[in-house]
Amino acid sequence: MLDSKIPAGTLENKWTDYKGHCKLVNPANKRKLEVIVVGTGLAGASAAAALGELGYKVKAFCFQDSPRRAHSIAAQGGINAAKNYQNDGDSVFRLFYDTVKGGDYRARESNVHRLAEVSVNIIDQCVAQGVPFAREYGGLLNNRSFGGTQVKRTFYAAGQTGQQLLIGAYQAMERQVALGNVVQYSRHEMLDVVIIDGKARGIIARDLVTGELERHLTNAMGSNVTAAWKAHKKGAFFGNPCFTQIHPTCIPVSGDHQSKLTLMSESLRNDGRIWVPKQQGDKRKPNEIPEEERDYYLERRYPAFGNLVPRDVASRAAKERCDAGYGVGSTGQAVYLDFKFNLINKYGKAEANKRGIDHPDEATLIALGKEVVKEEYGNLFDMYEKITGENPYEVPMRIYPAVHYTMGGLWVDYELMTTVKGLYALGEANFSDHGANRLGASALMQGLADGYFVIPYTMGNYLADDIATKPIPTDHPAFVATEKEVSDRINTLINIKGKQTVESFHKRLGKIMWEKCGMARNEKGLKEAIAEIQALKKEFWSDLRIPGAVNEMNPELDKAGRVADFIELGELMCRDALDRNESCGGHFREESQTEEGEAKRDDDNYAYVAAWQFKGESEWALHKESLQFEVAKPTQRSYK
Amino acid sequence: MEHYTMNLTLKVWRQKNKDDRGGFETYPVKNISSEMSFLEMIDVLNEELIREGKEPIAFDHDCREGICGMCSMYINGRPHGPWHQNTTCQLHMRAYKDGDTIVIEPWRANAFPVIKDLVVDRTAFDRIIQAGGYISVNTGNAVDANAIPVEKDKADAAFAAAACIGCGACVAACKNSSALLFVSAKVSHLALLPQGDPERKSRAMNMVAQMDKEGFGSCTNTGACEAVCPKGISIENIARLNREYIMGAATAE
Repeated sequence: MLDSKIPAGTLENKWTDYKGHCKLVNPANKRKLEVIVVGTGLAGASAAAALGELGYKVKAFCFQDSPRRAHSIAAQGGINAAKNYQNDGDSVFRLFYDTVKGGDYRARESNVHRLAEVSVNIIDQCVAQGVPFAREYGGLLNNRSFGGTQVKRTFYAAGQTGQQLLIGAYQAMERQVALGNVVQYSRHEMLDVVIIDGKARGIIARDLVTGELERHLTNAMGSNVTAAWKAHKKGAFFGNPCFTQIHPTCIPVSGDHQSKLTLMSESLRNDGRIWVPKQQGDKRKPNEIPEEERDYYLERRYPAFGNLVPRDVASRAAKERCDAGYGVGSTGQAVYLDFKFNLINKYGKAEANKRGIDHPDEATLIALGKEVVKEEYGNLFDMYEKITGENPYEVPMRIYPAVHYTMGGLWVDYELMTTVKGLYALGEANFSDHGANRLGASALMQGLADGYFVIPYTMGNYLADDIATKPIPTDHPAFVATEKEVSDRINTLINIKGKQTVESFHKRLGKIMWEKCGMARNEKGLKEAIAEIQALKKEFWSDLRIPGAVNEMNPELDKAGRVADFIELGELMCRDALDRNESCGGHFREESQTEEGEAKRDDDNYAYVAAWQFKGESEWALHKESLQFEVAKPTQRSYK
Repeated sequence: MEHYTMNLTLKVWRQKNKDDRGGFETYPVKNISSEMSFLEMIDVLNEELIREGKEPIAFDHDCREGICGMCSMYINGRPHGPWHQNTTCQLHMRAYKDGDTIVIEPWRANAFPVIKDLVVDRTAFDRIIQAGGYISVNTGNAVDANAIPVEKDKADAAFAAAACIGCGACVAACKNSSALLFVSAKVSHLALLPQGDPERKSRAMNMVAQMDKEGFGSCTNTGACEAVCPKGISIENIARLNREYIMGAATAE
């Protein structure tokens, strides 16, 4: 049933062969074809720009007030590319291999290899657009390291790489708006997909200012995360929902009121050393604890990769230390990320040498080091200080792992098409490239790879057969019926008129997920979580209170629709986690671990992508795409 | 950090929609923790309002990490509140003490009409970018990223200008509602890079023309924009924009 459409041939030739043989749409026909892009993050904005440049008629939707606000903007540390500008042994093959291994052998080889191939084009394109990446004094591009690799292949713009890449894609898209190839719909939310004769033919969107529903017609569409669940309920299978990424460098919790936990770039682990006191429950201030009484546990356990082990490994190691009673801070749920050593020894000494300062004292070295660190991570240090009130140049940061996002997403084939014809999922909205654990600086790479360099080819291959389709009127019965479903759901939500707020449900769902489908999972907890989520869902649909009306700007109503979807996704994540009785990457089943407490994969039984088909309320069918590893042969991951 | 709780009085601008006249409403809030962010304090108030059967305050927010540029409150007469180089979402309640009164308004500018309560329409900024805030290079055209070296100083200055988050605080702070800091940041970002050089003249001219068309005011060099900019965009960019504009105008055909 699942046809991943992986082209024949050797791994390194698949994409070249595909591009050489895929069908094309001539320029005159492109102007007749409409494409809807939902979401304007890196994948959506780059796809809208690239498709507009080709001459397709594109409509781009986002729920924010401008496409430039999409959350890709918050990515900090960088973007990977196999340029090997550092002459340190990088190559397309290495990037491919690191990504498959980092994903704990649960990604599709062919997609990952293509990602590694086009990574180099992304950097060229972004520089041509004016993305101001960090540079060396010689005027050439600089690189830094990220977890799970031993080369420096990450391109960056201080701690604002996502912002700069998104603004680049946004500007490219705005240029197409100016040229009339893209029409932009801001403050619009896609609420359903219209399917006619098995093909995605349009969407129902809500204008978030007036509350009105609109029908938009298309020949093909690409969706981003916002819309993924709606697409799933209309037939698109959901791949590997249980693969949740836990991010190791997050600012610890301070109270119940908190709206979010703030992640800080993993790039901080380039220069920050992670430690806890050697003595349990040590209440001394960090700077009062002498060197020999500190446990640099990542450097101790993983000497080859040290502080730059992948995210899943770093997160579990932090949890292990805190659970064992070595955690720091008022809650004991934190570890230190300390920059002092590198302020002095790496940056301070290099600067002192450069400036010819002989025998500098420690204060001078720290002062010199600070200038460099400010350039590298200044905005992250400022953010930390604003949130915590502590100065990380003086006092080590306190960090703890937090849930970041799901590597899972809509199941797509090699062409990025979902199981619904004409419906594509790009970037983080799909499941394909990161397996069970995404390496740092790879999300930005995938978003732009899919949008700039993959979809322009693969969508054409589909649309070439659609040029004869006559325009479908938007009063087609399918549009009318889908719009009615959307409108009924909105009316149901607002007429519950119960007592509890949307946010209170959202927080309760978060708590269930964190406790029972978080960093460690087991059968008992997952079964409890499923029951609890089902009960929560019932309560949500009978006791929710949404003030205001339908036909006006109503943020509570918007949020209610999203939380209703989160609840359902939460249940599916737990079901998938329950099905996958192995540990891999970010998915850690307590039943499946090595003697040293590392994740233990079960390749004989679980080397598959779990693709879930929605069947009805709390009902799914599991389909399996078996994963073949022809080049990167699975081994027990080791970062020692 | 010492933590404490406080009781506050909020005076918040409420406006049902763009046609409504709008006015201030007063809300007492209690037991606010100094560790909360400003928007979390509003979240708490909104939860209370919903429980009391009232309409919550509509406000724009998204990333809550100070980078997306969506949040936009005018707090006690200052965009984004009292902290230097900061966004509303990163403002924390330790900036206030027990008993304080805080006045919260939307951005006020003709080119940013209020949609509801504290939410304004900033699509004028998108249209200014559409007028020329980009480098015209189609996907796939690029040469190798290291083919053209860029002086580090210029690359750093371009980055500093590109750090603009398009929030509109500069417009809200300006007595003339000028958008010149926003426009100059984009013009500078692209003009400082060799890749942006071919379109320098037309870019400055076209973006300024669009800014005028949108109804933003003129710049009279008071520097309020720079003082409130959450990303520290320098007013020097305006001087650079003026040079770019004059060069463009002088050589226009």
